[in-house]
Amino acid sequence: MNRIIEYMLPPQRSTVASDVDSLFTFINVAGFILFAGIMITILIFVIKYRRKSEDDVTPVITHNSILEVTWTVIPIILILIVFSWGFRGFLQLSSPPANAYEINVTAASWLWEFSYPNGGTTVNEVFVPVDRPVKFIMRSDDVIHSLFIPDFRIKMDVLPNRYTTTWFQATSTGEAILYCTEYCGTAHSDMLATVHVLSIEEFEEWLETGLEIDEDMPLADLGRQTYTGAGCNACHTLDGTDRIGPSFLNLYNTERELVDGSVVIADEDYLRRSILEPQAEVTAGYPANMPSYAGRLNERQIDGLIAFIKELQD
Amino acid sequence: MAESTANTLKIREFPIDENPKHTYLNAGKGIKSWLFTLDHKRIGLLYLGSITLFFFVGGVLALLLRTELLTPAQSIIDADTYNQIFTLHGAIMIFLFIIPSIPAALGNFFLPMMIGAKDVAFPRINLASWWIYIFGALFALYSIVSGAVDTGWTFYTPYSVQTETAVVSMTFAVFILGFSSILTGINFIVTLHKLRSPGLNWGKMPLFLWSLYATAIIQILATPILAITVLLLAMERIFGIGIFDPTMGGDPVLYQHFFWFYSHPAVYIMIVPAFGIISELISTFSRKTIFGYWAIALSSLAIAFIGFLVWGHHMFVSGQSELSSVVFSFLTFFVGVPTGIKIFNWVATMYKGSIDLKTPMLYALAFLFLFTIGGLTGIMIGALSVNVHLHDTYYIVAHFHYVMMGGTVIALLGGLHYWWPKMTGRMYSEFWGRITCGVIFVSFNMTFLPQFIMGSQGMPRRYFNYVDQFQGLHQFSTIGSYILGLGFVMMAVYLVWSLFKGPKAPSNPWKARSLDWMTSSPPPHHNFEYTPVILHGPYDHHKPMREFRMGVVREAADHSKPVARETT
Repeated sequence: MNRIIEYMLPPQRSTVASDVDSLFTFINVAGFILFAGIMITILIFVIKYRRKSEDDVTPVITHNSILEVTWTVIPIILILIVFSWGFRGFLQLSSPPANAYEINVTAASWLWEFSYPNGGTTVNEVFVPVDRPVKFIMRSDDVIHSLFIPDFRIKMDVLPNRYTTTWFQATSTGEAILYCTEYCGTAHSDMLATVHVLSIEEFEEWLETGLEIDEDMPLADLGRQTYTGAGCNACHTLDGTDRIGPSFLNLYNTERELVDGSVVIADEDYLRRSILEPQAEVTAGYPANMPSYAGRLNERQIDGLIAFIKELQD
Repeated sequence: MAESTANTLKIREFPIDENPKHTYLNAGKGIKSWLFTLDHKRIGLLYLGSITLFFFVGGVLALLLRTELLTPAQSIIDADTYNQIFTLHGAIMIFLFIIPSIPAALGNFFLPMMIGAKDVAFPRINLASWWIYIFGALFALYSIVSGAVDTGWTFYTPYSVQTETAVVSMTFAVFILGFSSILTGINFIVTLHKLRSPGLNWGKMPLFLWSLYATAIIQILATPILAITVLLLAMERIFGIGIFDPTMGGDPVLYQHFFWFYSHPAVYIMIVPAFGIISELISTFSRKTIFGYWAIALSSLAIAFIGFLVWGHHMFVSGQSELSSVVFSFLTFFVGVPTGIKIFNWVATMYKGSIDLKTPMLYALAFLFLFTIGGLTGIMIGALSVNVHLHDTYYIVAHFHYVMMGGTVIALLGGLHYWWPKMTGRMYSEFWGRITCGVIFVSFNMTFLPQFIMGSQGMPRRYFNYVDQFQGLHQFSTIGSYILGLGFVMMAVYLVWSLFKGPKAPSNPWKARSLDWMTSSPPPHHNFEYTPVILHGPYDHHKPMREFRMGVVREAADHSKPVARETT
C-alpha cells in the first residue's frame, strides 16, 4: 500500500506535505476497505443468489431500521474525521508564519515574474532558501492564473483585482516544477517556472551576485539566455514555425505588415519597441496579447535579445 | 375499502395484447407526425435521437483530445484548436447531452406510463421544450463555425470576456437550453402531482419517478440562475457593464460563485435520475422488493436540497475567504451520506434475491463499481488540505468522469437496454449486449484510472503540452479511450440490427411489476386502453402478476364480466 501511495504522489518537499499525504493515504485506505467490502458483498450475492429457475420466490424484506441507522452513522463519523483532518491541514496551509521571506509574484499571459525584497526580479525562475518559510504575494496582470507547486502541495489562484497569498517551507534543496493550473488561453500549458531551492548560504550568495547580469558575457549569448529565462520561448520559436507570435528565425530586417496596414522594417528600433510596448505595432495575423517587458528586462538584456535575434538567419 | 361510498370503482384484470396492431409508432405517419407530435413517447424518442447525436459528436471530440495527448508536445492539432475542442467536448456533453439525457429522453417516455397516465400534463409545453432544445443546439453549432469558444465549459471571467472566440453565441445557446430544461421540470412536477392513476399514492411511486421529481425541483430552482449568469456574461462582453471585469471595478470571482451556484446543483440534475434507473434495474433483476424504499426516495430529495449548499467546494483556492471554504467543505461531506445510503440499500436489495445477470443488470453492477469509486474520490477532494493539491489536476477530471460517465452514462445505457423492448417492440442480442457492457466497463477503467494517478502526481488539467514523465499514463489512457469508442460502435451496430431484425419483444420480458410493463410492446398511442388501478407497490414481486394489470371497468361495460376486486 505504501508503495502505491508513494508512486501516486510527488516527492514530499515541504513542511506541510507529510500531513496532506497522510490524509490522502487515510482516505485511500478507508475508501478501499469500504469499496472492497461493498464489491465482495455484491460478488457473493451475485453468485449465491443467482437465478436458479424462472419460478424463484424471494422473501419480502422491505427495510431494517437498525441497518439504515448503522450505515448512516458510520459514514458520518468517517466524514467528520476526514473533514477535521483536512480542516487542520488547510489552516496550516493558509497561515504563513510572521517571519516568512516575502516574494512578490506577478502572473501574466504567459509568464511568471518574481520580485525579491532587495529589488531584483527573475522571470520563470524563482530562487528560495531551504528550511525557511517563504510567502508569495501574488497578483495577475490580466486573467486568472493559478500557482501550483506539486512537490510542496500548494496551489492558489492569482487574481487581477487583488492580492492572494500562499506560503511554503521547503525541506530539501534542488529544483521543483511550478505550473499554472487555471486555464488562461493558448500557452496555458507552457506557463511553467522552475523553483530553485538553495541552502541558506547559497541563497544569500545568490542574492548578492545572481541577480547581476554578467557584463562579460557576449551580447548574443546573454540574449539566448534571456530568451528562455524571460519566457519568450513560450510564444516565439527559433525554427521558423509560427506559435502565438512570429518566429525569431529570419525576422531581423524583414518588412512587417502591421494590423493597421502600415509596413515597418524589423530593425533594432522596432524590435526594442516590440519588447517594451508590444501592443503598439502588432504584426498582422498575430494576437495582440504579449505582455510588456518594460521594467522586467534591463538595458543589457534587451540589447542581448536584439543581438540574438539578428544572428538567427539561415 | 369503503364499498358503500358513491365513488366505488369496479375493477378487473385487463389482458395485455402481445401482438399489438396499433402502437404509438404507427399512430401517425410522415416526418410531421414526429416533429410536431404531442405524444410524450415520440418526444422522448426525439430527445433520445438528439442526445445520441450529440454524444457521438462529443465523443469524437474526446477521442481527438486523447489522440493529441499521445505525445507531450504537438501531435495532430495546435494549442488553440486543442483548447477549443476540450471546451466544446465539455459544453456539448454537459448542456446538450447529459443534462437532457435521462430525464428528457427516458423520463419523458416512461414517467406518464409509470403512473398510468395518457401523457404528461402539458403535451404542448413538452413539444416546445424539444424545439427550444433544437434551437439551443443550432446556436451551439453556429458558435462552433463562427469561432469555436476556447474558455473551457465553465466560461470563467475575465478570460471569457477577453478571448476573441464566439463566447456570446455559445452562452446564448446555454441560455436557450436552460428553458428547455425548466419546461421539462415543470411538466414532470405537475404530471406527478395531478395525473397519477387511482390507487397510486406517493408510497407506490416507482423510485425512478421519485428521482425525476427531485431532479425537476433542481431544474426549476437552479437553471434560472445559470440563465442570469450567462446573460450577465454576454452583457459584459457586448456592453462592457463591468460586473466581472476588474478594470471596471468588477469581481471575476463573483462569476465563479454565480456559475457554481447553478452548476453544482446541475451535477445532481445529471446523476439523480441515474439513481432512479438503478433502483428499477436492481429490484427487477433480483426479482425482489426494493430494500429501504423510503430511504432511497427521501435520500434523492436530501441530495437535491444539500446540493444547493455546496457550490463553494469548487473554489477552495479561488481566493474566497478561508471561512467559506471550511463551511463549504463541511456541508459537502453531507452529500456523501445520502449517496452512501442509496448504495447500501441497493446492495441489500440483492440479498436473498433471484439475480439474473441480463445486460441491464450488468450495467447496474458496473454502475455500483464505477460510481462508488466516483463517490469515494469525491470525499478525497472534499477534504480541504488534499483538495489544495488535487484541484484543477487530472484527479478532478477522472473523478467527474467516474461520476458522470461511470455513473450517469452507464445508468442511461442500463435504462436504454432495460426499456429497449418496450420502446421499440424488439429484443436486442443478449450475447452482444453482455460482451459490449464488458468492453465498455474495462476500457472505461483503462481510460480514467490512470488519470487519478496522473492527477495525484501533479498533472494539471486543460494542458496541451505536458512534461515527459506523464507520457506513459497518457498513452495508456488514450488506448483505453479507443477501445471505449469501439464499445459504443459495437452497441450502435447491434441496436440498429435489433430495430430491423431483432425478435419481437413480449410485453414484459423481465417480469417487472411497474405499470410501464403492463401494456403492449410497443405501447399503444395512449399508453393504456383503460384507466389502470394500482393495488400494490411497484416492487411487490411476491404478489401475483395479474393483480398488477387492474383497470377501471367503464360504466358502459358489460356488468356480467367478473369483478376482481373493489376499491375506492
